[in-house]
Amino acid sequence: MQDVLFYTLAFLTLVFGFLVIANPFSRNPVTSAMFLVLTIVSLAGLFVLLHAFFLAAVQVLVYAGAVMVLFLFVIMLLDLKAEERRKIKTFGVVGGLISVGAILAIFLSSLLHAPLGAAESPGLEGGTVSLGKLLFTRYLLPFEIVSVLLLVAVVGVVLLSKKDLR
Amino acid sequence: MSVGLEHYLVVSVLLFCLGLMGVIVRRNLLVMYMSLELMLNAANLALVAFSRFTDNLDGQVFVFFTITVAAAEVSVGLALIVALYRKHRTAHVEDLTTMKL
Repeated sequence: MQDVLFYTLAFLTLVFGFLVIANPFSRNPVTSAMFLVLTIVSLAGLFVLLHAFFLAAVQVLVYAGAVMVLFLFVIMLLDLKAEERRKIKTFGVVGGLISVGAILAIFLSSLLHAPLGAAESPGLEGGTVSLGKLLFTRYLLPFEIVSVLLLVAVVGVVLLSKKDLR
Repeated sequence: MSVGLEHYLVVSVLLFCLGLMGVIVRRNLLVMYMSLELMLNAANLALVAFSRFTDNLDGQVFVFFTITVAAAEVSVGLALIVALYRKHRTAHVEDLTTMKL
């Protein structure tokens, strides 16, 4: 049962991920954004299979909810109709395929030679209690620094989106 | 054969390569940015898989921080893209040649 779920979700993730970057039917950025939402949701399913329940919820809420709404908002703000008619250059595609294939070969060969003998541990659950305990004891300082980072991001975005940017 | 760590890592590697492919091939600034998000998510999947199979929650805490930083990064990056679009009226990387000699 778990294996079937894993293969289904992995297949869906990769297919939707492919449709984000190269959709044969539409070059519209809105379509890409919608398929990115689907990719993120199926990744959240994979997180559930890995017993990372809190992260699955955060993935759907923050990524599929907040980040993608921001993306769609900007896409519709910019009105990118003319971009769809541009041709994709063959040189770029060939160079990209070669470099990505090389990196894929490096990754897969290192994966093949890595000693991955770890068996799945039944006790580990990424729920809110265990994650929260870790977050507020051992990772308290990074947690506080992240809050400062979010404040910096807010100030930066307000400054950047002013009308008369100097 | 039951699903193990290597299965998740292969999915993560393939997703990362898809994102990299998108960054290289697509020339629309927003689609390139979405491909970056794809790569970030692939790294998250690898971290969660390692955390599960080595019986250690630190990986999941790290993914939590990654998601937070990614949200901040997306907001700043999109604000930059909007500012760039206001100045040059384009979101196509081949038109943004201000730094070219």
